[in-house]
Amino acid sequence: MKFIHALAVIVLAMSLAACTKPKQVQPDAGTQAPATTAEGGATTSGLGNEAAAGSAGSTALSAQQQAIADLNAKNIVYFAYDSSEIQAEYVPVVAAHAAYLAKYPAAHIRIEGHTDERGSREYNIGLGERRAQAVRKALMLQGVADAQITTVSYGEERPAAQGSDEAAYAQNRRAVLVEIQ
Amino acid sequence: MKSESLRPRLDAGWLILTVLAALFMAAPAQAQLRLDITQGVRDAVPIAVVPFGGQAASAATDVAAVVANDLKLSGRFAPLERADMMTRPTSGAGIRFEDWRLLKSDFIVVGRVEPESSAAAVTFELFNVQTGQSLLTQRLPTTERGLRATAHRIADLVFERLTGVPGAFSTRVAYVSAEGKPPAQRYKLIVADADGYGPRTIMESAEPIMSPAWSPDGQNLAYVSFEGKASAIYVQRIATGERRRVSARSGINGAPAWSPDGKRLALTLSRDGNLDIYTLDLATQVLSRVTTDDAIDTEPEWTQDGGSLYFTSDRAGNAQIYQASLAGTREVQRLTFTNSYNARPRLAPDGASLALVTLDRGGYRIATMDLKTRNLRVLTDATQDESPSFAPNGAVIIYATRARGRGSLAMVSSDGRFQQRLSSELGDVREPAWSPFPQR
Repeated sequence: MKFIHALAVIVLAMSLAACTKPKQVQPDAGTQAPATTAEGGATTSGLGNEAAAGSAGSTALSAQQQAIADLNAKNIVYFAYDSSEIQAEYVPVVAAHAAYLAKYPAAHIRIEGHTDERGSREYNIGLGERRAQAVRKALMLQGVADAQITTVSYGEERPAAQGSDEAAYAQNRRAVLVEIQ
Repeated sequence: MKSESLRPRLDAGWLILTVLAALFMAAPAQAQLRLDITQGVRDAVPIAVVPFGGQAASAATDVAAVVANDLKLSGRFAPLERADMMTRPTSGAGIRFEDWRLLKSDFIVVGRVEPESSAAAVTFELFNVQTGQSLLTQRLPTTERGLRATAHRIADLVFERLTGVPGAFSTRVAYVSAEGKPPAQRYKLIVADADGYGPRTIMESAEPIMSPAWSPDGQNLAYVSFEGKASAIYVQRIATGERRRVSARSGINGAPAWSPDGKRLALTLSRDGNLDIYTLDLATQVLSRVTTDDAIDTEPEWTQDGGSLYFTSDRAGNAQIYQASLAGTREVQRLTFTNSYNARPRLAPDGASLALVTLDRGGYRIATMDLKTRNLRVLTDATQDESPSFAPNGAVIIYATRARGRGSLAMVSSDGRFQQRLSSELGDVREPAWSPFPQR
């Protein structure tokens, strides 16, 4: 059983890694649009078991660590202006985290909600919280326990990109899913 | 009498400029504010502030220069250049009014620091140049805060005598600065004199700091800090730096606002992601819920009588300003109906109007709303203006704006006739909060 779990996690991890190279937001990139292609997120490489073929017992933990690293490499959900709705292209991002958290009930995730810089700061804390809550609810619908989830809203206080144009705004309207072991 | 006859000219002519200034001299690592006057001063009243006697040219604080600078930055006065002064009297007896009439000064301030050895007191006199009438004479002991504080006090008194409005030059401004590029930013909570002099960092963190709010006695600042990877509200005693955490509940702890008696904070908390407004008794820690709507309710501000709160809510679909009674049924009333976004209400010191952020023709701008007529008056014309805060005399509103891609502070007169910007040499500055009048 343990081996199966480890295998599943690794396959999952590999599949995530195999998705189009995550277009992580480069701080200060300024003009790069957020990742828009996850291609369903269902791509599985099918070769992920090589690493797991060794000693199943000792790989469980490292598999989890690897899974965390992989999940944290693709952990941003972007939102439309004035919206907290998770768009279809980010459903697989959330699903990958949900699968991991459901598999490891002792694991925790912190969801950070962010907005662009327009409007009043404390009100934006409210909008960022809505985004974090949208992700939280999606995770819970997929079997993650409430106790595994912490949310924090930074509003416009922690921008990913500087600049006062739509390109920067699009990168800043986001929820970041941070796996904590 | 004669001075009265000048009032109409002042009232009609001024552009209320602002009070903050610029300046410098503090520790090099500090973000310092520099004044950019974005509009020339028109119709300012000419006044001569003669260098005070009893001061060596090398004195650390040039009293007359501080007074003149305050008056100039108020926008209502145009101090005479020193180079144009033919004589430098230090008391009324030494003034030859015809000289100052030729220089077209309407008023003149003279004074002296005495005794020179200890600078224990400053005496100053204000005269109407046209009539030679003495308008004000005072001897002010120099306090432990020093000659600079005494000079601001002189500017306050001169300003009040000539305009009928108490000067706000002896006050302070708190603001937040962010230095460095995201995501590696450092946040500082800074307190400076109202003329921008002497910025001092009272709190510093690698995590965001937000929403500084002065206690009514001017002794404490409440603010939000994310230092624990989650928001919490702290109250910090400015003089000592001692602070306590007053709210670190699960979820959001935000938007602290002091009750008029200083005994309670209104604040925003969240449960299951829903922001609501509460009041917290600081002595007893008793928490009372004010709003229950399934919407964002935040940015509380107390009414003058402490009986209800103004706040921002999107319960009707977009952000608008509401008022909730703290008594009985906690009845809620919507106040704003103009424009699709109105947020962050701040009450004018006279209680007659709110300053707020409104979405006006595509830009977030500072406006005032008359509480009686509900008329909204847009005061600024940029696209990202926010965080308005009234000077305690109500004449000017300081706010945050963006200039050249960075946050900076700006001021606008409450009647919208004068605007100016303060820029910081370092980092982004935001969320200015003007202190109350000092307690005397």
